[in-house]
Amino acid sequence: MTDLPKSLADNPRLDRWLRFETGQVHVTVGKVEIGQGIATALAQIAAEELDVALDRLAWRAGDTQLAPDEGSTSSSLSIEIGGASLRLVCAETRALFLAEAARLLNTAPEALAIEDGTILHDGSPTGHDYWTLAPRVSLVRDATGTAPPKPRAKHRIVGTSTARRDLPEKLAGRGFVHDMTLPGMVHARVLRQPRPGATLAAVNEAALSRHGARLVRSGDFAAILAPSEPALRAAVQAAAPRWDNCDAPTPDTAEAAWLATQPADVRTRGSEAPPPAGPTHEATYSRPYISHASLGPSCALAHEQNGILEVWTHVQGVYPFRLNAAQTLQRDPESIIVRHAHGPGCYGHNGADDAALDAAIIATLVPGTPIRVLWSRADEFAFSPAGTAMQTTLRAVLDDEGLPIDLTATITSGVHVNRAPGRLLASRTLPNAQPLPPPAESSDPYPGAGTRNIVPYYDIPAWRYTHNLVAGTPIRTSALRGLGAVVNVFALECFLDELADRAGIDPAAYRLRLLSEPRARNLVERAAALSNWSARGPAGSGTGLGMGFARYKNKSGYACVVVEVEADSEIRLRRIWCTADSGLAVNPDGVRAQLEGGIIQAASMALKEQLRIDATGTATKSWADYPILRFSEIPPIDIELMDTPDEPPLGMGECTMGPTAAAIANAAAHALGLRLRDMPLTRERIVETARK
Amino acid sequence: MTVLIVNRTPRDSASPATTPLLDVLRGEFRLTGSRFGCGEEQCGACLVLVDGAPVQSCGREIGTLGGRAVTTIEGLQDHPIVAALIAEQAGQCGYCLSGMAVAAAALLARTPTPSRAEIAAALDPQLCRCGAHPRILRAVERASQEMAR
Repeated sequence: MTDLPKSLADNPRLDRWLRFETGQVHVTVGKVEIGQGIATALAQIAAEELDVALDRLAWRAGDTQLAPDEGSTSSSLSIEIGGASLRLVCAETRALFLAEAARLLNTAPEALAIEDGTILHDGSPTGHDYWTLAPRVSLVRDATGTAPPKPRAKHRIVGTSTARRDLPEKLAGRGFVHDMTLPGMVHARVLRQPRPGATLAAVNEAALSRHGARLVRSGDFAAILAPSEPALRAAVQAAAPRWDNCDAPTPDTAEAAWLATQPADVRTRGSEAPPPAGPTHEATYSRPYISHASLGPSCALAHEQNGILEVWTHVQGVYPFRLNAAQTLQRDPESIIVRHAHGPGCYGHNGADDAALDAAIIATLVPGTPIRVLWSRADEFAFSPAGTAMQTTLRAVLDDEGLPIDLTATITSGVHVNRAPGRLLASRTLPNAQPLPPPAESSDPYPGAGTRNIVPYYDIPAWRYTHNLVAGTPIRTSALRGLGAVVNVFALECFLDELADRAGIDPAAYRLRLLSEPRARNLVERAAALSNWSARGPAGSGTGLGMGFARYKNKSGYACVVVEVEADSEIRLRRIWCTADSGLAVNPDGVRAQLEGGIIQAASMALKEQLRIDATGTATKSWADYPILRFSEIPPIDIELMDTPDEPPLGMGECTMGPTAAAIANAAAHALGLRLRDMPLTRERIVETARK
Repeated sequence: MTVLIVNRTPRDSASPATTPLLDVLRGEFRLTGSRFGCGEEQCGACLVLVDGAPVQSCGREIGTLGGRAVTTIEGLQDHPIVAALIAEQAGQCGYCLSGMAVAAAALLARTPTPSRAEIAAALDPQLCRCGAHPRILRAVERASQEMAR
């Protein structure tokens, strides 16, 4: 038996994935659509391997009653693991049906073909198809992974830019969990515990009835129920909860530098030999706390009846959430059904899980009443997990030519992985809340979280790093697009430019001196050619060209980004080029969309974003406090995909984040003759750095 | 009771006059295309047309809208911008797209052939978090060309 990809190894039964019914193929998968187009790309893979038209696929993703458990939709693995699994499932199913048809027709499977589900012999219909044969071919069997998928030369659907299957419904005004209703549904919102450990002292319950609202409460978990959204908002205002035992963080805790003053769990990896003697260069880079800032606040529906709790949610993983909810509610996971529904763009662990748990708890407190929870925008900013602040220091020992021969990194960061049971917001307010163990996060280089991409993809003979994992962040943190790779790549790629500068070598040429891997070299060379890099002028002219490169997780998608900026007292983006290597692009336009999205989100992060903290906790409460990049600030973006269709497909949603942030800082340094090492690269930062 | 003309059809709302239009559209009329993004007139996800002018429906009380014509994304399904947004695959999560379509329709009604800069300026109040901006800009240009035919 071959090594099956994780999703298939965990869910080997073929009937868990596929069912043939009345001219349709029912496909159930665990990887869910979170705005990245995965439902379309996976459908292409299934249709390709089964030889059916795309419109025959009836799709269901993320459902604990129906779909395989593929964990979370995260880490750019949905194509690499989910897609690889589905491909094998469909290839094996197709082979089973062909074998059965061959037996009935007394011929060899090789003599048969499938055209839109119909089985052909020498190009003519045989009277058999998937649906007529389905009663004879049992899929109640485990996959072996031995049926070879189609060779690329035979692909007709994979590799084409098929249109997104979910967009028409969304543009027609439906399709999100926010748009769902259940008969008799009641609107609810939790009175959010302002700080961990705060206790609810009083609620103005008398004021609620005026709005047709009421309070449900269990320990410090308190929620208002009302007949409509406007009534609910008014009732939440009127409830005026008073909380005791709130700590009061200070504004300086919002800065990455504050983390370095805190106790940390210290882990080291890499070379145990001390760095050799020689000239050194050292610099520290940082990013503050970042909001996912999904455009719609988190939402969920839940309904408890007859001992079954059903939850509709936009979480990344319905099974992990079910486990989490079961533990918090102290009940059998089998008594909970979790169904995924579309939500606003998800760039990691946002408030979706918390809102789903809110709805689940409230539903169990009022059995028989369907509950809808929609967070306020202020709660979304204040209480959904943030991407952690982080600081990365790099120190290189250089050879005679100024090239690094030894690299020491020190990462100081809050956690990037924080979804374990008991860690969702509502859990800690219930009467049975258990004390939490310290957050667990691996410090290994792969896949890494805070340490992601800290091991350079460049040819640097020796490296070591220290990971200072700080549990006591002022606000709750968890996974945000790219995790630690954003800051680590930002640091490494800015650092390389500093080293190149010091050595008097052009930064692109300097990178190529250190890159022997052919796909990486090709990417950097193409990006330089596209952006007319060779015409790059001297530093300090007010316009600048900067580059950033990384291979995400050192194993996934490759991206090289070049940015041209204009900079004086602020930085304006003029143009962006990106070369990327995704291996086989299942949906090339989908890959481009993911690259564009990553570039724009990273540019917004690098230039503008920071969550503020005051004595109440997160001080950022609205879009007015959290500017993001707008249309007029986004320059033309040219993307070139490398033609490597014989390489396995790679996830591309996160690979541009670090390279983009670094390219902007490098371009700004080139334009200004001034190195900015701390995101966001705002006017204040420029002034402050210039003064030093 | 307030009478609104929603997508050319008169509708009676039983909601109090101070109720935001967005709540009436989504909650009472079950027209869910206008999205709740912030409730503070800061993101544009709830944008609708009132007598042809773009209005953030989360901030407009229905009492001010008696007899006025409200157009939502549901009423723009035949507008070329909808097909153009799909043709350009101009959405990732799609949550912002209703507002984008409405903003674009308002722009194209007053400026049939806008420049790229005019489109960007008109869409600047509309937030998109997925980074679909370049595609949305192209979609507005495409719709403009389509309408000029």
